[in-house]
Amino acid sequence: MEKTVNQKAWFLVLPVLILVAFSAVIPLMTVVNYSVQDTFGNNQFFWAGLEWFQDMLSSDRMWEALWRQLMFSGIILAIEIPLGIFVALNMPKGGFWSSFCLVLMSLPLLIPWNVVGTIWQIFGRVDIGLLGHTLDRLGISYNYTQDTLAAWFTIIVMDVWHWTSLVALLAFAGLKSIPDAYYQAAKIDQASRWKVFRYIELPKMMGVLMIAILLRFMDSFMIYTEPFVVTGGGPGNATTLLSIDLVKMALGQFDLGPAAAFSLMYFLVILLISWVFYTVMVNLDKKGM
Amino acid sequence: MDWMAWTWPTAIFFMVIAALLITFTILAIRFPETPRVGVLGIETTRGDRLFITLLGSAFINLAWLGLIGPDTQPWALAVCLVYAAAVFRWV
Repeated sequence: MEKTVNQKAWFLVLPVLILVAFSAVIPLMTVVNYSVQDTFGNNQFFWAGLEWFQDMLSSDRMWEALWRQLMFSGIILAIEIPLGIFVALNMPKGGFWSSFCLVLMSLPLLIPWNVVGTIWQIFGRVDIGLLGHTLDRLGISYNYTQDTLAAWFTIIVMDVWHWTSLVALLAFAGLKSIPDAYYQAAKIDQASRWKVFRYIELPKMMGVLMIAILLRFMDSFMIYTEPFVVTGGGPGNATTLLSIDLVKMALGQFDLGPAAAFSLMYFLVILLISWVFYTVMVNLDKKGM
Repeated sequence: MDWMAWTWPTAIFFMVIAALLITFTILAIRFPETPRVGVLGIETTRGDRLFITLLGSAFINLAWLGLIGPDTQPWALAVCLVYAAAVFRWV
């Protein structure tokens, strides 16, 4: 018997398509239009061609922000992923304490970005903040508003505090899904703790870890609120990450053209890296990891 | 539509992309294919190869603009065409 082909279900996707069109596609098209024109407000535009792209490609300001951004994402990934795995490995596997830890771990994830920023801004202050005051009393010079190293230290520790839980929770979910039989087999073979981790736990966690890395990379690459609230991009431009610079350019200086060119390049970098991560993830899946 | 600040070049750019997407959708329906593994060691369909081509072309154009300059920009498109042919042949 011939199978009936009915493609009407595609119409059910229509609402999503419309939503995406209005929230992403149309704004993106507008940004492309802005990027080749100049405006002084009043909705009047003048053709500028490739000028803004050229300006941005040769702008030290953009490259510096990009390096800072890559450094920020690299550092927080290098800390959060191993730390998250370590925390997940040491969490109780069942019972009351397991649930207790899970709730405790999810608390930082529930706090809005600007509140996290405010918490750390106060926490780090030398006059009233616990962290700043303690460091000051220990004789360590710490002033995140004037010292580059202190500013970087603050925003990195803040991000680690805020998001390591996410990695830990994902890794924990991956660990929970490993059947006991694997551990029993390892025990029979007298495998060491390291070998159990290397050959059983890590490969089985690979899928969720890739998701964790992808999520953390994208989030940290687009981070705005937290460092903005704490340092405002300073001292100088030391913590001016890409999106902070972009907002300064687009809203502070109303340079819509350059900002549009800048954001398109920003978008392309994110698109490229996300595609690489996605492809690696899908291929790991196919290999059954 | 005024607020979107349309220009002819950008409109043509999006029309070309839309036409490509429509063409590839029709191709996929008319001539279904099985994914193949190319030089990158990943499975790709025609759609994947189009995506790789478009994303790569964006970077080729930016690199050309940054390294060589805007006067010879149309030549970047020629490089993109060569790149596209290579992607569709070997990836």
